[in-house]
Parts: sequence; structure tokens; C-alpha cells
Amino acid sequence: MTAEPRSRVRFYQVGSFAVGNRLVGSDQRNAQSDPGRANSLTSGHRACEGCGEALGARYVLDAAMRATGGRLVAVNATGCLEVFSTPYPETSWRVAWMHSLFGNAPAVASGVAAALRVKGRSDVRVVGQAGDGGAVDIGLGCLSGLFERNDDVLFVCYDNQAYMNTGVQRSGATPPGARTATTEAVGPAPGNGFGQGKDMALIAMAHEIPYVATATVGDLFDLETKVERAMSMQGARYLHVLVPCPLGWAAAPRDTIRLARLAQQTGIFPVIEAEGGGVTGVSKIRHRVPVEEYLRLQGRYAHLFDAGGAVAAPEVVAGLQAIADRNIERYGLLGDEPDKEES
Amino acid sequence: MKDKPFAITLDVGSSLANKTGSWRVERPVYVDRLSPCNHACPAGEDIQGWLYRAEEGDYEGAWSVLVETNPFPAVMGRACFRPCEAACNRSGVDEAVGINAIERFLGDQAIDQGWEVPVPGPATGHRVLVVGSGPAGLSAAYHLCRLGHEVEIHEAAPMPGGMLRYGIPAYRLPRRVVDAEIERITAMGVTLVTGSPITDASSVMAGDGFDAAFVAVGAQRGRDAEIPAGDAARVVDAVLLLHGLEEGRRPGLGRRVVVYGGGDTAMDVARTAERLGATDTVVVYRRTRDRMPAHDEEVDDALAEGVRMRWLSTVARAEGGRLVLEHMDLDDEGLPRPTGELEELEADSLVLALGQDADLSLLDDLSGVRTSGGTVEVDPDQMTGCSGVFAGGDVTGGERTITGAVGEGRRAAASIDAFMDGRAPTRPLDRPLAAADRLNLWYFEDAPRMLRPRLEAARRRTNFDEVVGGLGADEALFEARRCMSCGNCFECDNCFGVCPDNAVIKLGPGKRYRFDLDYCKGCGICVQECPCGAIDLIPEPR
Ligand SMILES: Cc1cc2nc3c(=O)[nH]c(=O)nc-3n(C[C@H](O)[C@H](O)[C@H](O)COP(=O)(O)OP(=O)(O)OC[C@H]3O[C@@H](n4cnc5c(N)ncnc54)[C@H](O)[C@@H]3O)c2cc1C
Ligand SMILES: Cc1ncc(C[n+]2csc(CCOP(=O)(O)OP(=O)(O)O)c2C)c(N)n1
Ligand code: SF4
Ligand SMILES: [Mg+2]
Repeated sequence: MTAEPRSRVRFYQVGSFAVGNRLVGSDQRNAQSDPGRANSLTSGHRACEGCGEALGARYVLDAAMRATGGRLVAVNATGCLEVFSTPYPETSWRVAWMHSLFGNAPAVASGVAAALRVKGRSDVRVVGQAGDGGAVDIGLGCLSGLFERNDDVLFVCYDNQAYMNTGVQRSGATPPGARTATTEAVGPAPGNGFGQGKDMALIAMAHEIPYVATATVGDLFDLETKVERAMSMQGARYLHVLVPCPLGWAAAPRDTIRLARLAQQTGIFPVIEAEGGGVTGVSKIRHRVPVEEYLRLQGRYAHLFDAGGAVAAPEVVAGLQAIADRNIERYGLLGDEPDKEES
Repeated sequence: MKDKPFAITLDVGSSLANKTGSWRVERPVYVDRLSPCNHACPAGEDIQGWLYRAEEGDYEGAWSVLVETNPFPAVMGRACFRPCEAACNRSGVDEAVGINAIERFLGDQAIDQGWEVPVPGPATGHRVLVVGSGPAGLSAAYHLCRLGHEVEIHEAAPMPGGMLRYGIPAYRLPRRVVDAEIERITAMGVTLVTGSPITDASSVMAGDGFDAAFVAVGAQRGRDAEIPAGDAARVVDAVLLLHGLEEGRRPGLGRRVVVYGGGDTAMDVARTAERLGATDTVVVYRRTRDRMPAHDEEVDDALAEGVRMRWLSTVARAEGGRLVLEHMDLDDEGLPRPTGELEELEADSLVLALGQDADLSLLDDLSGVRTSGGTVEVDPDQMTGCSGVFAGGDVTGGERTITGAVGEGRRAAASIDAFMDGRAPTRPLDRPLAAADRLNLWYFEDAPRMLRPRLEAARRRTNFDEVVGGLGADEALFEARRCMSCGNCFECDNCFGVCPDNAVIKLGPGKRYRFDLDYCKGCGICVQECPCGAIDLIPEPR
């Protein structure tokens, strides 16, 4: 079952941004609005309240389950997602699911894909998943190999911008200025340094694999559309999903989706799509917001503001704004929504 | 142990065994809040509720919700001053929802399709006298009739409707619309006696065995300015002029007409004068435009039709063919002050539109009725000082709008019903407001408001054709779908989708959702992300 690409419904009560809508047909609603959705990650998991990663994993896997008619194997790296979902002997997974090590999930996923090929099961598809530590740092070698061999795997990184499971240590995806357990907010350049870290989407694109996309839990429609698109293709595909972490970001649990949305609306996290190494689509910014609004909601940036709320580290805030501006410039994130021309 | 596969010592279990709801310190609850439009509607309409139906294209359903409170959708959709739109949260996104235009669409559909109001409830045997068939009287009669009471309306004029017929000009409110909506009420079984002025309410009540009365005689007497006027001066009262016109009497106003006053009646009479052939109509008002009681739209229309305005002026004297005006200025408190500067203005007639007073003589023999400033005093249940005698609409002062009159008529009906039953009237508790800051406006895409067509100014001059047109079905549907359903769930599935713990249960179309407290950790994402602010987060009860 390959999913048809869906077009945004011009429905003005809620635009197309809510999960469902009683006034449109079920084929026009997100998979998450379906009471019969897979719930690939079921209740009772031990993720913190408001966990973005739990939400992201269910969003991605439910969409992949819908796209494959349930014929799906998920391979998971070590990290929060694995730990909170499978304290032995309980499991929250309602999908064939496998865990091996922190660093080898891409290699295991490649192996599962190879085994399925040998068995002639071209109908069963493979999704690999890891945190940013698992994908961007320790698993990068295996992941690069998966890309280079063009193995038939959709690999998903749930990026919460640090090693959350072991107590919020810095990763290669931790943004500048952020406080983590290993980049404390002390000294002349508090928090994580500038000019470090890796842009995993660009690294994946450099492999010129069939499909690379970024997404957030703040725009479900976009996320599901990308999963469907990815599942309609063969070969190596990479999806990088921003999943705010209330604990590690020291943010209110209720703000998880709001933060993901702000990350996109500020330009600090560009939401894009690429095929064969070239950008094919970007999610435009609907209401541009200065990065400050995004930073203020997060305790990991608290040192950038004084007790009265005034900016205490203007160079750091300006540096982060410059990153956002560069993204906006680089990907052309401003302007009309892409679908506005359609109707 | 030996049945288990390799390296497994315990049965595989589902995490469903782990009731994470026990972590919770706060819990979400679904609420129905009062939308700002509903809050602002003096008639008490459930606007959000009828828009919800209209969004589905269920126009008859929408209309049924509407006439639960207001029997005049087609009239309201033309002549209401739209406090709902002024309060609408959507203005924080783009522009307010065109509630009034949709209301008119529904009202007109109902007339065209012959939709019927619900049949009255079982007869109670109680009889109620209603004096006056303006919007207040008719609204009370409609609601009393639905409650099963026998209603007799006595109306002084030959035709029912009050100011709907004898005040508001036909180019704003066509009479076929007024007739159609009144006929629906009389068809329910309300007795209407026209040409029957009541001069002594107390004797009619006693003589004809009424259990209660609702006095809704409006304010029919135009105020006099006591302007010194020469014998040749032609001075006319606005209300009488409009009333006479409705009965076929054309006032000879001449070509140069001066209207004195700054309210809606002044605008209506000036625009009427233009249609009757005046070539130079001037409105004279003692303060400035921003202080005019007339609504902006009325002033704009008058200006578009060629009416001129003279701000900061009073009429000092009227003589044959000319007036003497005095200039005013405003003091620090914004009150007009005479300057002594005089100016002459040529005028064939002067129309006084300085407001109306009520004639309260019919209440003279009712003991206990209190009046103040020419209006009847009523308690919050619309009862006068005389037990069993209720009043509402312009006769009690207040809003002086149709919508206010309809609302007071409805409230009085509920109070009269309770009174005749020997109960204390119950008033619905106001739900807390769904203010804009509760909504998650990100979910609402910009959508420009649908505008109603208007007759070009040049084509309005010699006739009383309706100026503002209606929306078509597609436009009305589009407009209805702009509503954000403030404070009331509209089943967008957002809470169901955004819960990281799958702790929201979708109950199916029309049944909304339920929280699964076994697993809800109380993160509050659903609360934050509810587009319409219909979820509260409350401390976990202990
Ligand atoms: C020119 C004009 C334009 C207006 N435009 C608008 C508008 O666009 N929108 C808006 O909301 N409001 C408008 N208003 C105000 C609105 O018309 C009134 O607030 C509303 O009609 C009041 O309703 P009512 O039922 O209290 O009184 P009325 O409508 O005045 O009805 C009272 C009725 O009682 C009858 N009556 C009086 N005395 C007796 C008696 N002794 N015995 C029997 N019957 C009696 C009268 O003949 C009349 O039919 C306008 C008013 C005027 C004058
Ligand atoms: C080889 C190895 N080194 C270290 C660990 C300890 N460890 C487990 S999870 C984890 C961090 C996971 O971070 P990330 O991949 O970003 O996932 P998150 O928990 O943030 O979702 C670490 C360091 C391990 N399991 N294996
Ligand atoms: S958006 Fe809808 S519910 Fe909200 S105030 Fe406007 S009309 Fe009423
Ligand atoms: Mg991480």
C-alpha cells in the first residue's frame, strides 16, 4: 500500500493544522485522528510527562504502519525511547521491535533489511530509530554505511539535542548556548560553544540518498506527509525529527509542541525536504518569531536572561538569532506558504 | 520456565499494566466556556452553537438553535448592531466572523423554505396580556406561547411590529421580512389584536382575567427641543414622519432639509429625506462625529448618499425658509458649550430627531409601579413594582435596540412563567468566558471575511430598495467556517492526537472525547494545544 500524497485542505476554521477535522473526509485527516490508529507506542510507557520523543515515535511509526499496512519492523538504538518503552518484561511496542546497542542500530537495521530481502519479503519494511546521540554521534559510522550502501531502511533520528537518558550530557546536536550537564552555564562563554556540532540532515544529503527530511512534532501534517513520502520510496531514507524534552530543556511539559513550533517559526530549526542530495521543499515560516521567544521558555537558556527577564548575554542571543537568520536565508524560509498558490 | 523461548524468564507483558496516571498532579478536564459572541449578545443567542451547525451545512439545524432564543433571524441579520462581531475573538487573527450576514442567510432561508418553529408545549391554562407588538412584546409572546401559555397581544397601531415597521426604514428592513417573521409567531396561536390601544392596564388585566402582563409599549413620543420657531417654520418630528410614511403619508419636506440630532434615527430620517427628493440634506449635531450615538456604518451610508454633516452646531431658531445655527465647542470633559457665534442656514424644513420618550399613562392605576426619567423601573427579572406586571424593551430604557428588546422579552417570558407557577425565576449561570488568550490561534489560518453586496449609492436615491444584499450559500458556508468555536469543543481531534500517552479516548462523531485517567500523566499538552480553549488543567483532586 503506497500512500497518495495528500494536499492540504483549504478549510478555514482550523486551517489544516489541527490533527483532524469533523468536516473533512477521513482520507484528508492525519493518521493520528483515526481511532483505529496503530498506537505503535502504547500507554503505560515511562517517558516523562510531556515527552516529545514518545510523541514523535508514535507519530512516525503510526504513519509508517498506515503506509505499510502494518508490515513493519522497527530497530531501536539505546536511549530514552528504548529505556522508557521496554523495562523488562514489559513493552509498549505494538510493532515488531528490536533493540541491540547504543551505537549499532543503523547496522542492525541494515541487517534486518538484508535478511528480509533474502527471504523475499519485499512487502515488509524496516524503520531504524535512535536519539541524536545514537544517530549523530556514536552511530554515525554505521549510519553513513547504511546511506552509502543505499540499504532499504528509513532511519529516524529523534533529536532532543542531548544525551537525555544518561542525564542530559552534550551531544553533537546540542545547540550553542544551551546548558547541559557537561556544558555548564559558567565562565565567559556559558553553555555549549558556538561553531561545534553536526548538521545531520546536511551530512545525510551529502550521501545523495533518495530522501532526507527534517520535521518537528509541532507540525503533524508535515511529519506524516514526510513519512508517507519516505515509505513510498526504496533505498536509504533519513528523517530527522525535533522532539523537545521537558526535562533536559527545563521547559514546562505542556510546552513541548509549542517549542517545536517555535523552533520552526524562528528558523532555528529549518524544516526541509531533499531528494538525491538536493533540497526539494521547505516549510515556510507562517509567523516569524525572534529566537528570544523560543529561548525564554527553556531553562537550559535561563542564563541568557537576568532575574528581571532582560537579556543578560546579548552576544549569545544574537549568535543564535544569526543562526536562525542564516537558515532563513539559506533555505528561503520566508514568504507565502507553499500551498497558497494552489488554490 | 521451560516453555519459554531462549533467554526469557518472565512472560512478556504490555506496559498497559503500568498505570502512569498515578504520577499525575494536575488533570485536564473538558469545559464548555462562554464564547465572547454569546456573551455579548443582548438577545442571549447561542451564536457559537448555531454557527457550529451552519459549518456543517446544516442550515435548518442552525436556524433551529437560533430561534430557541430569537424568533427574528432575518430581521436581526439586517438591523442588529452586531455587538457579537465587536467581541469576536477572530479579530485577533484577521477580521471578526460575519455573524450577522450568516444570521440573515439563515433567516432568509427559513422564510424561503418555510421552516417552522417548534410547536408550543402543552397548554397550561394561564393567560398573559402583552401590550405592544414591537420586538419586545413579540419576543415575550413567542416564548410564552412555547411554554404553553395563552397570549393576547394588544397593539395600538393598525399593524404589528413596532419600530420594526414604523421606525426602521424599508431600505434597511424590507417589510416582507418583518411580516414573514411575525406571521410565524401568530401562526403558533398567539392572539394579536391590532388597533387596540390599552389606556388602563389594570382594568384590562382584571376584566379579562389575565394572570400576568408584559408591558412593551416602547418609546413612541419624539422629544421636543423647544426651539423658538416662527409661524412659517416647518418643524417635523422624526418618529412621526417615519410612522406616517409607513401609512402612506408623504411629508412635504421640500428640497433643503435639516435634521437635528446625532443618533440612528437622525441618520434614518436624513437618508429617507434624500429618497423623498431632498437635494440638500444636512444633519446638525452639537458634538463631533466620534461622539455621535449613531453607528458608524449608518453615518457612512448617509454620507455616501449625499447627506452632509454639521458638527458642533445647535439650532437656535427656526424661521420660514431658514434656520439660525449656533456654533459650539467642547469643554475639557467633552461637553458642548455655546460660543455665541451664529450662522444662517437655508432650510425648507427642520426634522427633530432628538430621541424618544415613553408614554406611561396606561400604568397610572397599577399600584407599586415605579418610574424614573420617563421609563419604567424593573427588577432583574423584568418585573415592575406591581406584582405580576412585567415590562421590557424601550419602555424600560436600557439598550434601545431590537436585540435588547428581544432579550428582555425572553427574560420576561421566563420570569412570567415562573411567577404564574409560583416559582422563583431561575437565571442561567454565566459560564466563564473563552477569552482570546485561552485559544491557540496558531491553528487558525488567515481567511478574509466575506462581504455583503451593497447597492451603489447612485441607485439608492429615488427608491426604498434594500441597500445591503445577502450572502450566497457558498459564501455563508465559508463565513460560518471562519468561526473558531471559542471555548467549545468542535471535534478537531487535536487533544486525541497530541497526547504522548494515548490517554485521550475518541468517542465518535458528536460525542467528543474522554480522558483515560489511568494513563494521563497530566502534562497539559492537550490544554495548551486545544485550538478553542475547551480544556482546563486543574489540580489533581485528593
Ligand atoms: C428610526 C429608528 C431606527 C432604529 N434602528 C434600529 C436598528 O437598526 N437596530 C436596532 O437594534 N434598533 C433600532 N432602533 C431601536 C429599536 O427599534 C427599538 O429599540 C425597539 O424597536 C424597541 O422595541 P419595543 O418592543 O420595546 O418597542 P417598539 O418597537 O417601539 O414597539 C412598541 C409597540 O407598542 C405599541 N404601543 C405603544 N403604546 C401602546 C398602548 N398603549 N397600547 C397598545 N400598544 C401600544 C406601539 O404601537 C408599538 O407597536 C431604531 C429606532 C428607530 C426609532
Ligand atoms: C556504548 C555505550 N555507551 C554509552 C551508553 C550509555 N548510554 C545509554 S543511552 C545514552 C544516551 C542516549 O542519548 P540519545 O541517543 O540522544 O538518546 P536520548 O536518550 O536523548 O533519547 C548513553 C550515553 C551505552 N548504552 N552504550
Ligand atoms: S470566532 Fe466564532 S465563537 Fe469565537 S467569538 Fe467569533 S463567532 Fe463567536
Ligand atoms: Mg538525545
